Amino acid sequence: MNFGTLDLNTVWFALVGVLFTGYVILDGFDLGVGVLHLFVVKRDEDRRVFLNAIGPVWDGNEVWLVTGGGALFAAFPIVYATVFSGFYLAFMALLCALIFRAVAIEFRSKHPSPRWRACWDVGFAAGSTGSALLIGVAMGNIAWGIPIDERGEFAGSFLGMLHPYALAMGVTTVALFAMHGAIYLVLKTEGDVQARVRRWVNPLIIAFILCYVLVTLATLLYIPHITDAFRGEPWFFGLVVAVVLAIANIPREVNRGKEFLAFLSSCAAMAGLMAIFGVGSYPNLVFSSPFPDHSLTAFNSASSRGTLAVMLTIALIGVPVVLAYTASIYWIFRGKVKLDKTSY
Amino acid sequence: MDVLLLSRLQFALTTAFHYLYPPLSIGLGLLLVANESMWLWTRKPIYHQMARFWTKVFALTFAIGVATGIVLEFEFGTNWATYSRYVGDVFGSALAAEGIFAFFLESGFLAVLLFGWDKVGPRLHFLATCMVAFGAHFSAVWIIVANSWMQTPAGYHIVGEGLKARAEITDFWAMVFNPSSVDRLTHTVIGCWQAGAWFMVSVGAWYLLKRRHRDFAVASVKLGLAVASIAAVLSLISGHGSAAGVAQHQPTKLAAFEGQYETMARAPLYVVGWVDEKTETTRGVAIPGLLSWLVHGDAGAVLPGLRETAPAKADRPPVNFTFQLYHIMVVVGFALIGLAAWAAWALWRGTLENSRLLLGLLTLSVLGPQIANQAGWWAAEVGRQPWIVYKLLRTSEALSAVVTASQVVASMIMFGVVYVLLFAVFLYLLNDKIKHGPDDTDLHPAGKWALGFRPKAKGLNTEG
Repeated sequence: MNFGTLDLNTVWFALVGVLFTGYVILDGFDLGVGVLHLFVVKRDEDRRVFLNAIGPVWDGNEVWLVTGGGALFAAFPIVYATVFSGFYLAFMALLCALIFRAVAIEFRSKHPSPRWRACWDVGFAAGSTGSALLIGVAMGNIAWGIPIDERGEFAGSFLGMLHPYALAMGVTTVALFAMHGAIYLVLKTEGDVQARVRRWVNPLIIAFILCYVLVTLATLLYIPHITDAFRGEPWFFGLVVAVVLAIANIPREVNRGKEFLAFLSSCAAMAGLMAIFGVGSYPNLVFSSPFPDHSLTAFNSASSRGTLAVMLTIALIGVPVVLAYTASIYWIFRGKVKLDKTSY
Repeated sequence: MDVLLLSRLQFALTTAFHYLYPPLSIGLGLLLVANESMWLWTRKPIYHQMARFWTKVFALTFAIGVATGIVLEFEFGTNWATYSRYVGDVFGSALAAEGIFAFFLESGFLAVLLFGWDKVGPRLHFLATCMVAFGAHFSAVWIIVANSWMQTPAGYHIVGEGLKARAEITDFWAMVFNPSSVDRLTHTVIGCWQAGAWFMVSVGAWYLLKRRHRDFAVASVKLGLAVASIAAVLSLISGHGSAAGVAQHQPTKLAAFEGQYETMARAPLYVVGWVDEKTETTRGVAIPGLLSWLVHGDAGAVLPGLRETAPAKADRPPVNFTFQLYHIMVVVGFALIGLAAWAAWALWRGTLENSRLLLGLLTLSVLGPQIANQAGWWAAEVGRQPWIVYKLLRTSEALSAVVTASQVVASMIMFGVVYVLLFAVFLYLLNDKIKHGPDDTDLHPAGKWALGFRPKAKGLNTEG
């Protein structure tokens, strides 16, 4: 398909953003369930309820990461190459965490022995928490800016990536996913388990808001290239207001017993946060600090216009279909979790 | 050791480990479709029992396939950043298409396949099974298209020079249908069918050997063997097509497959052999003229040797290693055809259950396609060396500039530990599942499955 004068670079900047947003919203809740897994319930049956709440969907959720990675590779190969080779150890650790987590979910139920299950419980919780933390740290580094040399290669070190801002972003992400996961669990459980999860929701919301305020303050103080984007276009503050309102709406809906609306609010808040991140960064995909001239942007790091057009055609055909059957699968598995013989 | 060798080893090992699983999911996916359509068609409860059992086994292989597959997608960027920049425009679009078209389909409908037994009716469940199998096949399409482009690049032009050089697509469909993609896709997918089908045969034969679950075992052997025999013969035919394509487009690789240094008429085909790379000679049992005949339909035809196609040693793959891998694949392929014929004969004569030797061989048959698939894939990739993209980019130039040897050592240790653990747990659980066997309660479908078939199912529940 020929897209005329459409700015395909910007379109793909947005689409890659949409795919990663889909990933954090969807995998966010099942990673969050993992973060809470060891602390909220102790009985085997209750933990099985947790796992089966995400059972039919976690695998599909993770595909958003695979597709987001594939889209980044295809649309912005230079960013993909620089970031993945530059964050080598961090990404290897992320892979390790994701593998452990996936395998723990699958294998925990295959054997009844309590010790076997306790081992995989730890694997699931550690893998989930580790993944959430690493995703947050990586995002923190991208926001803060990473050193890039004149060849477009990463010029920093692994330890250099563990600065306070990135770590704060990591902790914020864990808190956000835990909150999101708790709301999802309230939606999917009933009775005693639901009562236990419900007790965690408000403290998690407060924890997330505290982290969020802290990170926002740090962003305002130390990351001028993001705040500049907002100073230039004051209407962007509408996004910030919308995010704050969405977060504020979560406890309100939980207390009214409208769990589904609470979950939607949480999704909206996460989408808003990702939008703020994207709008603040544009056109940079990777901001280079201390050499802003070496930044990788949607224009100097993209594939050819021909490839972007082919991929947009693929996306226009594929994405509506994906959304349609993803929605129908969530519909088939709607309602409270009931354990049966095909359960984990 | 240097970064190049370590990165190659890491990629080879993580790919080889991953490649144990997708062939099983692709093959079992096809068999699950065949199985469930038999159930819908005949409504014999045995097929319901089989569907339940094999779905559980499928889930196990699928889970590890997904977990180890993400690693590969990351590794292009982490270890082969220069390569990623070079091919991103071409390779990336195939990978993105794989994600959007295939992975979502697979993982989405997998939920219904595994957990939807009581949530949806038999027809919708069958649709889900078809979609999972289709998704698995479709994901093979895109990754093999991308890999085939590395073997026989087409539909691109090179932009920029030196370190800044990149391949850009000029014709998407010429890239997708590059000279080797159809041949290689056909051969690979048929190899996957063999992996799934022999697996089913193997478990059934083991039960027969142990005299357990007889009805289930016979039905599994029959269904598995039907697919395995067809696939074994198709492997030979598609393998021939694929090799003829290699002869045309990658003569150096074909010469390495057969250890042929000299350009000659009546080129021989080795049954077994050993290549001495120092003296550039190949010894072994060979059939004169057969290679020439297979490639050109004329035993007298001249085929170029390595000294002509790649005069510099630096431009050749490791010849003996490639030769051995290729021959392992071919020998195992023929052995599987023989085994399929023997088993089909015994089944027809009704002597299968009495021959412990045959049942023993069939139990081991699961290893055959795994060995052949691995050896074939290794031969295809090692035979392309020293190029990562054939005649365009050398493997040694494709590394990540900023990754150090110690980092790769660290990640290799990590993968080593995790994968050994994973493999042990996989074998343990598989063994557990097979020992436990099919569930007899599945002979009496309940819930929506029974409801959908009430008029006919009543009388049939007593059969088995």
